This record gives sequence, structure tokens and C-alpha cells, in this order.
Amino acid sequence: MKVQEFTKGLVKKNPVLVLALGLCPTLAITTRVENALGMAFSFAFVLIFSNLLISAIKGFIPKDVRIPTFIVIIASFVTIIDLFIHGYSPSLYEQLGIFLPLITVNCIILGRAEAFASKRPLGETLLDTAGMSAGFALIIVLISGIREFFGTGGIVIFGHQFLPFILSSPATGMILPPGAFLVMGILLAMLKKMGVV
Amino acid sequence: MENLLSIVIAAVFINNIVLTKFLGLCPFFGVSTRVRNALMMGLAVTFVMSCASILTWLIYEYLLIPFEIEYMRIVAFILVIASFVQLVEIVIRKTLPDLYRAFGIYLPLITTNCAILGVTLINVEVESYSFVASAVNGLATGLGFSLALFMMAGMRERLEISEQPVSFRGLPIAFITASLLALAFQGFSGMVE
Repeated sequence: MKVQEFTKGLVKKNPVLVLALGLCPTLAITTRVENALGMAFSFAFVLIFSNLLISAIKGFIPKDVRIPTFIVIIASFVTIIDLFIHGYSPSLYEQLGIFLPLITVNCIILGRAEAFASKRPLGETLLDTAGMSAGFALIIVLISGIREFFGTGGIVIFGHQFLPFILSSPATGMILPPGAFLVMGILLAMLKKMGVV
Repeated sequence: MENLLSIVIAAVFINNIVLTKFLGLCPFFGVSTRVRNALMMGLAVTFVMSCASILTWLIYEYLLIPFEIEYMRIVAFILVIASFVQLVEIVIRKTLPDLYRAFGIYLPLITTNCAILGVTLINVEVESYSFVASAVNGLATGLGFSLALFMMAGMRERLEISEQPVSFRGLPIAFITASLLALAFQGFSGMVE
């Protein structure tokens, strides 16, 4: 069991920045920090538990039908989190909308199942998926922070004023679709300049 | 009739699946480096999206609702889409080998294209469309996807031979381009109620 199985997901093999996977939720739900936190939580739940299950039963899955099996397992966990959030936080459910069921087709999850969980033991799978979840959370919280701050002038998380409204005339475009692409493009270019990716 | 027309205009321009709804971004950035590939991918997605809309609508209406198992929609829909894509792949490989060689590699990719699952969920859940409206929405959304992909590929082909800052080369400049495209598409908002 190695620590780098966890830390590689943060920067070196960050699923969004380096592998350019899972872009849809990264750009779509990052209009507010609290949406990003909700998405990060749901995503981590599905990624960690589906991959642990896949790793546990990898010996029983016939090679030819492994992809459909993975997808059904992932879809089942998405259904669980979908019902859970619908029941406990209707407002978050409303905000995430269609992107909650769409975690099913997030390529990061199927990608990790195929490339890692289906070949490695439980402990390493846990570290790998926890690291990938943390890396994903890091990026979407960062992007949503930038977009909410410049788009609304401050940051409010679950009713608490995290950053006061400093900007007097916020740029609404930042919380509209063009802002998402712009922030992502500039972020990638900056990281490239710094030699991170 | 007017209603269907407004669905088409909304799906292609106003609520463009890629540029305003952020679905199907992986192929949007992955396959948009050549115009020819972009058109092929657009064609394949449009076809699968139309058929998937019809199939999933029938399953939702005549299987999931009568048995009151609507919460199984995610599992049911993804299975239908995955098996349909597989079926299309087999049929094309046997009957049209040339076509298979042309877009063989794009077909498996479509299974995990979130735009397909997204559209089928929007049809039955968000908009509660009728059968015909769902089919039309599937087709029109596919066309909207092809349009966005085609424009993006056209621009990226030009970008490749033009001068640009080193740090922006590749994906970053593609995102900036997409941002400008999305900004242009914002102009359509509010055109149809």
C-alpha cells in the first residue's frame, strides 16, 4: 500500500487537468461553490463505492462483458445517491438537476474501473479513488470559487457569507456558459506556464 | 406544428447541447481537430440520439411507469443506449464495411457520451415531451451537436497553423475558442419562449 496512489490524483494525474476527463460537470455545475461541493460529494460516493465493489468482485466478472457490468454497478450507485439527495436536500437536487444522474456516464469513473480497480486489490483501489475524488473536488471548487466571485461579487456557501460582496459591478458573464470555458482555458494555460501539467 | 418548430430551433440554437448545456464535452474537445472527423462524429451522434430518444421514451412510458419503477430510469436507459450502440456497430460492420471503417472508432465512444443519456432524461423527466416531440428533440439536439462540433473543428484547423502563445497551445486555446462560440450563442437566448 503506497501513499502515492492517493497523492497522484491531486496534481500529477489529476483527472480533469491532465487526463481531460469529466469535463461536463466541471463546467456545468460550477456556477456556485455550494453546487460544486454537492457534486464533489456525490461524485466521490459513486467513484469510491462502485470501484471498491468492482475490485472486490473482479474475479467473477467475465472479461467480455466487463464494461456493461461496470456500467450497471455505477448506475446502481448513482441511483442510490440520486434518491438520497432528492430526499435530504431538495434544493441541491434542483440545482444539480440532470448532472446528478449523468454521473453514470462520467468518463473518470468508468476509466478508473477499467484502468485500475479491475486489476488491483481493495486497499490500493480505495487510495486511488479517494485521490481522484479529491483531485476532482479541488478543481471544481477552485473553478466555482472563481466564477461565483467574479460573477456575483462574493461567495455564499449554504447561507454563510464566505467572502463579502467586494465587487460592486460583477461580470454576470462569468456564471453564464462562456465564463466556464474562459476560466477553464486560462486555468489550463496558467498551469501549463508553471509546468504543472 | 409550430410547437415542433420551436423545439427544433430551441435545441439547435438557443439551448445548444454543447455550448449552453455543457453536455458531450469530451467528444467536443476530443474529435474537433479535423473537420472530416467532426462531421462523421456528428452524424453518428445524431443517428444514435434520435433512435435512443424513441427507444427510451417507449420504455419509460410502457415499462417503467406501469410498474411504477421510474427510479430505475438511469440503469434502464444506459443499458438501452449501450446495447443499441453495440447493435448498430454489428449491423454496420456486416452490411456496410466502408461506412464501418469510416466511423467505426466513434461508435463505441458514443455509449459514454453524456449528451445521449442527457437528452433521453430531458425528454421524459425535465420536459415531459410527447412521443413525437421526443423524437424531434433527439434529432434536433443531434444536429445542434453536429453544428457546434463542425464550427469548432473549422476554427481549430485554422488555429493550428496560426501563431499563438506557447502556454495556450492545444487545449487551453480550444477552451478560449469555445468560450467565444458560447458567447455568440448567448445571443440566441430568449428568441423562442
